[in-house]
Amino acid sequence: MSTLTTQDTLSPLLETAPSNFATARSAAKAIFLQEGLPAVKAEEYKYTQIARKLEKEISSFQQAQPADITSELIQKSIFEGFEGHLIVLNNGKWDATLSSLPEEISISELEDSSIPVGTIAKPEKDPFVALNQSSFASGLAISVPKKTQIEQPILILSVNQTNGGQVVQPRIWIEAGDFAEVTFIDQAVQPLDGALFSNQVVEIKGGHNSKVHYYKIQNEGKESIEVSNIETDIQKDAQFTAVTISLSGDMVRNNLNLNLLGSNSEGNMYGLYLLNGKTHVDNHTNVDHTIPHAESNELYKGILADSSRGVFNGKIFVRQDAQKTNAFQQNNNILLSEDATVNTKPQLEIWADDVKCSHGCTTGQLDEEALFYLQARGIDKLQAKGLLLYAFAGEVLDHIEDENFKNYCTGLVQQRLGSKF
Amino acid sequence: MSKDNQILEEFTSKEYEHGWSVNYEADEAPLGLNEEIIQWISAKKEEPQWLLDWRLKAFRTWQEMQEPEWANVTYPKVDLQKLRYYSAPKQNKKAKNLDEVDPELLAIYERLGISLNEQKRLQGIAVDAVLDSVSVATTFKDTLGKLGIIFCSFSEAVKDHPELIKKYLGSVVPMTDNYYAALNSAVFSDGSFCYIPKGVRCPMELSTYFRINAANTGQFERTLIVAEDESYVSYLEGCTAPQRDENQLHAAVVEIYAAAHAEVKYSTVQNWFPGDKDGKGGIYNFVTKRGICAGDYSKISWTQVETGSAVTWKYPSCILKGDHSIGEFYSVAVTNNYQQADTGTKMIHIGKNTKSRIVSKGISAGKSQNSYRGQVQVMKRASNSRNFSQCDSLLMGDQCGAHTFPYIDIQNPTAKVEHEATTSKIGEDQIFYCNQRGIDTEDAVALIVNGYAKEVLNQLPMEFAVEAQKLLALTLEGSVG
Repeated sequence: MSTLTTQDTLSPLLETAPSNFATARSAAKAIFLQEGLPAVKAEEYKYTQIARKLEKEISSFQQAQPADITSELIQKSIFEGFEGHLIVLNNGKWDATLSSLPEEISISELEDSSIPVGTIAKPEKDPFVALNQSSFASGLAISVPKKTQIEQPILILSVNQTNGGQVVQPRIWIEAGDFAEVTFIDQAVQPLDGALFSNQVVEIKGGHNSKVHYYKIQNEGKESIEVSNIETDIQKDAQFTAVTISLSGDMVRNNLNLNLLGSNSEGNMYGLYLLNGKTHVDNHTNVDHTIPHAESNELYKGILADSSRGVFNGKIFVRQDAQKTNAFQQNNNILLSEDATVNTKPQLEIWADDVKCSHGCTTGQLDEEALFYLQARGIDKLQAKGLLLYAFAGEVLDHIEDENFKNYCTGLVQQRLGSKF
Repeated sequence: MSKDNQILEEFTSKEYEHGWSVNYEADEAPLGLNEEIIQWISAKKEEPQWLLDWRLKAFRTWQEMQEPEWANVTYPKVDLQKLRYYSAPKQNKKAKNLDEVDPELLAIYERLGISLNEQKRLQGIAVDAVLDSVSVATTFKDTLGKLGIIFCSFSEAVKDHPELIKKYLGSVVPMTDNYYAALNSAVFSDGSFCYIPKGVRCPMELSTYFRINAANTGQFERTLIVAEDESYVSYLEGCTAPQRDENQLHAAVVEIYAAAHAEVKYSTVQNWFPGDKDGKGGIYNFVTKRGICAGDYSKISWTQVETGSAVTWKYPSCILKGDHSIGEFYSVAVTNNYQQADTGTKMIHIGKNTKSRIVSKGISAGKSQNSYRGQVQVMKRASNSRNFSQCDSLLMGDQCGAHTFPYIDIQNPTAKVEHEATTSKIGEDQIFYCNQRGIDTEDAVALIVNGYAKEVLNQLPMEFAVEAQKLLALTLEGSVG
């Protein structure tokens, strides 16, 4: 049990929960009340003492209500060069008037419908999933029908505008039918300063031969505390790619879980964390190979300056039936300052014998010889460093297929590397 | 496929070679664990008061501790009250030299292939033979004594060199370190003590051979190695136990202290009884091993070949405190049938320019689970430290598991840390290649496994390397993946 007594402090959240999904909510609530927030020694949250952080920064655990937001604010918040469709979440609640979506896609609020919330991201796996499931204010269901290819990306823009110290709990259910193709960009903006706790759960159900890309960029307020849970079921011949770019925040925890459920499925996870100040970013990924002939690739890279901290935990499970699995995982870190810390744990758990699995992880500095090479050609040291760091980060950015978003991210990374180093 | 199964069958039904036991008259403590037992053991060994106090303090701390649950192993808990904490072969008087040691006891070691008779030795290896709770003989004591090297049983060291024991006991593994270390601190019975004075290079390998003979007895030995400035020693440890249906507990503590420019090499071939093919019986091997490179330019190297034990829980570690100190860990862990191993190392970089290297090779067969769990920690002031870790797993059969849990915690920007791991099986193409050249499948597997483990086996002293290679071939022949 953590120092935060769940009954007392979090009770406003649990008590004001809406009445829809009563069964799912009460099941999750029971789990949450029993588990509580992760304790100090909890293995999964060992390096990320989020309960302590919440206690310090969040004044009241009230669910943030939709705020007044204008279309100007939205226009201002959308990144430059963006071309695509838009979903606006106002403090976690879908705003239909500000959103624009192609006709093929059906979108609705998560009502007491046939949508089985909590069947992909199961509440027993993580206390924050349980908290979200028991008390999310309103959710969103997005469905891409069979054989539909949405060419332009869909930007899910979360506008989190609270009076400080409040909780936002977005809940999204995405379903991509067989042979469907779709790309999402998940970005949150925080127009006002102040601490904020965002606890997001995204469940993605990909059909046979579907292709889903999910890009997430975290560059909102310096004081935001964010827990993001993204879990997906990947069926036969389907492909799922996630790219997570973390640039700021107070404490950020990303849980990304991929369940490979059909043969010839493919799961890709790429991540870049470029941290300064006191930012703490924790990426926990989990790939579960349950069937034969599936493939997973993972590459996470981090550059850490000032007194930032980067945590990486990548788990690969290869079940007994999952013969002929290919699973690759890599994590590379560069520390730039005396006070920066990296905790990394690339974990493999393998029960099948006919597999190819490997993981690698490094922590180090820029190659002195490469630096010297550039300096010898008249590039000053600072610039040379920036160039090499950019090349290091670029390997992750290359996995973004949407050109506009890639340019935007590249710009942010270059700006950060140019100003900082 | 049927041939493979047949070969596997043959292999799994293979008897544990050292499963016999001998009946001798034993001097035993009553069953159970309490302060009286500890006083009984201490009195039996004629220990000074300070050591008894130390034991009791450890015992009281231990009572407040919980058995660790984090390891990736499952086993029925040991009822510590049903164990015997002291069992020793009855000897009429303390043997001064080998001639006075009961020939029956010497015969036990002969049968294990360890000759304690100095004249018969071809190579110079000094052996401390520990049977259940006591050391029965230590060879070459005089030869070593001339160089100022102290090599004797722990009990003797307590009597003859109390100042050294007092200074170093618990200095590397504190009594409160963990559940099993605390238990060991409370009830440890015997073990080896080794002291290499300044500037001395130990001319022969020192070795301890542990043997559990009695039933219902836990073995809790304690080894302490102290290497003074600019000294060198290579230390070997071997162990076997009889085949019994119930599980037996082995909870040892090994402490190594290396002063400036000293080098200690510690090699283990662990071959405790692993349980039968249905997972019945076997030793629980819960061991705490740690060395400290206290002085600058010191070096500690751990090499282990783990083939036995039903459950292994063992993490030989190095604290790299001195600047420019070096820690090494080489391991081959083989699990078969229902064996479970959770083993690895910790490298704690504290000093500047410290280096560590980890090479771990896991081989899983049958229904076994093999885990590597390691930590590389680079502290803030450990600038220019360097680590390279490699942990590979080889799976034989589809019922076993291989797991890797590496923790890498870096707090210094000048550190270079690399970790890589692979999991694979023996390739059909590799076997085919050997077959083509007239090497039958069984030999091919032995060849490939030996090649796979070579990097570690090469680190073993010659005598051990031969034994380890034989053990590997024996353990794995026929397990064609």
